[in-house]
Parts: sequence; C-alpha cells; structure tokens
Amino acid sequence: MKGKTAILEGSRAVAEAVRACRPDVISVYPITPQTHILEDLARFVSSGQLKSQFVRADSEFSAASIVYGASAAGARAYTASASQGLLLMNEVIYAMASTRLPVVLTAVNRAISAPITIQPDHQDTMSLRDTGALQIHVESLQEAYDAHVQSFRIAEDPEVLLPIFICMDGWVLSHSYEPVTVFPDEAISEFAGTFQPVQKLDPAKPLTYGSYADQDVLMEYRYALMLAQEKAREKIRSVTKEYKEVFGHFDGDLIDTHRTEDAEIILVAMGSMVSTIRAAVDELRAEGRKVGLVKVRTFRPFPEEEIIKACGKAPLIAVLDKSLSVNTGGILATEIKAAFYGNPVQPVIVPFMAGLGGKEVNRRVIKEIVDIACRAGDKQGPRGDTIWMGLDHGFFS
Amino acid sequence: MEVKELHAPGHRACPGCGCAIAVKIILRETGPNTIIVSPTGCLETFTSPIRSSSWEVPWIHSLFENAPAIATGVLAGLNSQGNPNGTKVVAIGGDGGTYDIGMGSLSGMFERKDDILYICYDNEAYMNTGIQGSSATPLGAGTTTTPVTGDSFGKMVEKKDMVAIALAHGVPYVATASIANLADLKKKVRKGMDNPGPAFILMLTPCNVGWGYEPEETVELARKAVETGLFPIVEFENGNMVSALKIRPVPVEEYLKPQKRYQHLFKNDKFEDVLKAIRKKAEDNIKKFGLA
Repeated sequence: MKGKTAILEGSRAVAEAVRACRPDVISVYPITPQTHILEDLARFVSSGQLKSQFVRADSEFSAASIVYGASAAGARAYTASASQGLLLMNEVIYAMASTRLPVVLTAVNRAISAPITIQPDHQDTMSLRDTGALQIHVESLQEAYDAHVQSFRIAEDPEVLLPIFICMDGWVLSHSYEPVTVFPDEAISEFAGTFQPVQKLDPAKPLTYGSYADQDVLMEYRYALMLAQEKAREKIRSVTKEYKEVFGHFDGDLIDTHRTEDAEIILVAMGSMVSTIRAAVDELRAEGRKVGLVKVRTFRPFPEEEIIKACGKAPLIAVLDKSLSVNTGGILATEIKAAFYGNPVQPVIVPFMAGLGGKEVNRRVIKEIVDIACRAGDKQGPRGDTIWMGLDHGFFS
Repeated sequence: MEVKELHAPGHRACPGCGCAIAVKIILRETGPNTIIVSPTGCLETFTSPIRSSSWEVPWIHSLFENAPAIATGVLAGLNSQGNPNGTKVVAIGGDGGTYDIGMGSLSGMFERKDDILYICYDNEAYMNTGIQGSSATPLGAGTTTTPVTGDSFGKMVEKKDMVAIALAHGVPYVATASIANLADLKKKVRKGMDNPGPAFILMLTPCNVGWGYEPEETVELARKAVETGLFPIVEFENGNMVSALKIRPVPVEEYLKPQKRYQHLFKNDKFEDVLKAIRKKAEDNIKKFGLA
C-alpha cells in the first residue's frame, strides 16, 4: 500500500499510529521526554479526530491503573511513560501482566535517578523486564510508527493477552525528525482490528478479577506468563510478516540482521544505537573488515534461537548495553551469554557499556568497540569484564 | 422469601466483622448492575480466594493504592463502549487504602469528578496485616504501631478528617453511615449511586479483633460511636449539610470502656488529658453538626 511520506517528529509518528489504532481509553501522566505524545493525543481527542476516553491522571501509578481498569472492562487501552514514571508503574505492570490485560504502552526510554537526568538509556524498561510485559525496541521513527500499529494485535491476541511496551530512546527518537511514511487511518484501523476480549467485567456474567491466591496457584500464574510469551513469539512473527505484505515495511520480527553472513565479529544492540551501528558496519565493511550486526528487537520474548542462528559461526560477539545490573554488568550481555550456554559454537562474548545515561555513542565509538573486541583473543585483551566506553576515570580521583 | 445475596455467605471474614455486615447490605442496594472495585485489605482477602469468590457481581481488585484509579478506568472502559445498561461503578475500601496509601489516587478521582461511589469501611487501623496504626486511628487508641507503653498512650494525634477532605474537593455527595442504622446506610448508598459525579460515604465498621471486644458487640459499638458524638451521622449535598442524625449524647466512656484499645486510658490518671480530648472531640462534633 502506498502511504504518505512526511517529515515527522518521533512523538508525532507514534501519536499518528496510536490514533489510527483507535484506543477506547487513553490515560497518560506527563513526564519528559514522553510529553509530546500525550499532547498530540490530547489534541486529537479534543478536536474529535479520535473518539477515545482521555483521562488525566494524578500520577503514573494512577495512569497505569486507569488503563488497567479500562482493559478489564473490555476496552482497548493505551498509556505511555518514561524513566521514573515507568518505575512508579512497576507494581501495576506486574499485576496487569498476570491479570492478562493487553495494554499498549509507549516507553520513551530515559535514565533513572540519581543524579536526576533526562538523558536516554534503557535502565527504565530493563527494570521492568520480569513483569511479564512484552518489550519491543525500535531503532527509527518509521519503526516506531510500524511497531505501534503492530502492537495492539500482538498484545490483544487471545493466546497472548499481555501488556506490550514499545520502547524508543528518548530525544534520539522521540524528539528527532525523520521522513516517516504514514498510511491512511482507515487502512491502519483495519489492520489493527478491534479488541475482542475473551472475558471482561460484565454484570451479565460476573467474574472476580484479582483474586487472593494461596500456595497452590501462584506459581501456575507465573508459568502461564511463560507460555503466553512463547505464543507471543509466533504472533510477532506473523503480524510483522503480514504488515510487510500489506504496507511493504519490515523492521525485523524478533531480531533484525545486517551483513552477518560471513561476519567474524558481530555487534549486538537495541534501540536507536542500532542505526548508528548499521552505518559503522557499512564503513568497516568498505575497509574490508568482516563486521555484522544483530538488532535485538524483542527483549521480551527474548530471541535466543534467532540470535544464535544469526551469529552462526562468528567467533566474536560484542554486546552494547545501555542498562546495568550493578555488580553483574550489562543486562543484554548477561542474557546473550546465557543464550549461548550449551551451544556447540562458543563465541567469545565481549560486553560493553555504551550509552548509559546518554553518553555519546557515535560511529567512532562503534569502531573503537570493534577494535577493542578484536583484541579479545590476545593475551592482553579483555577477559569478560564489562568495558565502559567513555568512562571518565578522572571522576574518581 | 429467599434473598439471593450478591455478597454471598461463606466468606472468610472473622465472626463479628463490621465490614462484612456493611458490604452485604450495600450490595442489596446497589443490585446486580454494578461493578465493585476494592483495594487490598480485609475485604479483598476474605471475599476473593481463587475458586471461592463470594462476589455475585463483577469485582476487581488490583493493588493497595489504586482502587479509585481502577474504578475510573473501569468507568472509562464502560463509557467508551457506550455503557448501554447504565452499569454503575462502586469502590469499597478500608481506611488504609483510603486515608493513607490510596489518598493520591482518591484525590485524583474526586478532582476529575468521575461518576463513582467510593465507600470507605473504616475500622481505624491496618487490621488485615495485624492491627497497625493508620491515619484513621483515633487519638488514644492502642495499635501494634501506636503501642501503649511508658508515656505513650497509643495514637498521639487525631485521626484524619476524611469528610472534610472529600468536601474540600467539591465532591457533590458526601455522607457518613453506620452499621447500626442499615436503613440509613441503604438510603445513602442509593443517593450516592444516583448522584452524578463522585460520591463518598464513610462508614465506621468496628473490628472486634483490632479493637478488642466480643464479636456480638459489633453493632452495639457502632451505635455507641454515633450516640457519643464521636462518629456523627451527617450528609452533604453540593457542600451543604442536608441531614444530621440527632442524638441524646451518652458519655464517651460507654463507647471507649468496652474496647481493649482504650483500656489504658482508664487505668492510669496520667492519661486524663487524653480522655478530656476525646470528650472534647465528641462535644465539638455535637456543636459543629448540631447533633443534640
């Protein structure tokens, strides 16, 4: 299908997609750098372009709770947040996932206090990785648009029924302008369908939501989340495939790859950094260096098999992390290492902390990472400890 | 005639639970076309165990601090689908979920003027977790976190004034009710449901476990709270008081003495000032609302 290409702000691209998917209820609490999405949606609703219940909230905790209640009542529900707001939602998101409420949430990734900052990194959504919510990281504004259109169907599938986060780096994606191809609202609405809940709060068939559990069933509820995320894998594959057929765009399903076929070193990363790595990989290839890229698109469900397959026989993998589990290291790197446990091919995996708290990661830094990783085979090379790119050692003296 | 209770018997409430009495009556008035929202607390625990729910209406619990926001969301969800049957949303929460941890969320619901009836069953402490003090615990009452020991006489400050807080938000219907006067409670539930916009009803629901008295005395204590003037039965519409239950005041001691949580006040003269303050509270209420 032919769309209309325009120079849009990232937040606007998201708002355009959300409007076309016609959520019944929207509740969002302002936080930088998410506010432009909220403002766009508020305007769409007040001007009549979008017929949604738009509910102001007194906190992110309440915003998440409002879409929770709406979803339980059978409504398609949408919210967005960032950073501290996502942490404040944490308790609600756990309950939302386990109550199987398919709310769509835009996570505009921003670092966590202290010190307070509005710089982007992935610490916020990584802190919610164990909630049961699905997480898709996007690398461009076009993908932000595409992923939001896909998200409602993935989350609301009767075999999935999980909240979904579309994660986009603050500023780099939320406030930058790029050409984005937008499709007619009617076509997007048709693709997104409507929410058909398998059950809801309804006096005609009274159900009890949020029951008290004893030791006999809590573990079963958590296991059900494991099963639902497995179903989500299939659904993400089929929805992204169908989106490609209808709209001609494909940003990857669980992962995306770039020049991995004969690569001797593969960089693994998520979010906007992936676009920078693409450019750096092309430049390095032009110099004759066999470098490839694996973009982890869905952090939940985690695409272990896809990553292993994409890395093939590459002897060296560099993982670039924008989040930290203190005393363990980069969170993505830790999960990549776990994925390779027991695998016949055992590449050297070198973890990098790159871009934490908005620290600059440009093509020069990417090339430096490749150089450092390539020394991993040497005796003097890195030995598994996380390498912190751009760390100011003078700060500690 | 057999009545089908929408809050079914067989739940796990303690014998003598004031909240259980209230909720049964409230649901008789709300009828089946109602969705009930509850925060974490006694009510949630004793009514909702998996596979043995006692709710015959749709009921949702999510967390401790968000019942008002969940209720708002449920209402928005209904409205987004046109709510063709005019289903009502009623939240029922304890004092912990209302006065303390849910206050921000409740304030948001009041301010947005959401059409929800919020009923607080106030047993004046965190009973579900083992009788810890809340901001609803009254002056002089002993709890496990406002202990009576040395010079400490239990709760050292007055309880929060929830009626004033609701009125300050411009809540169009605000009332108090007692399980010693069920007809009045039902009438107020009906008004709260019919009133457009938010409504707030505060009920004092004695807890024999937390207050320390015999289970059969629950309703009698609820009555004494009213008759002393300590728990005035009042009603406000659009900020104006439209009714106040007249009493022939009885001494506060008749209410305090049967309860273990106040026993220390009668065993040691040094707490005379606390008793005086409680007596004054009752007198102030009587004057303020014209109860006598």
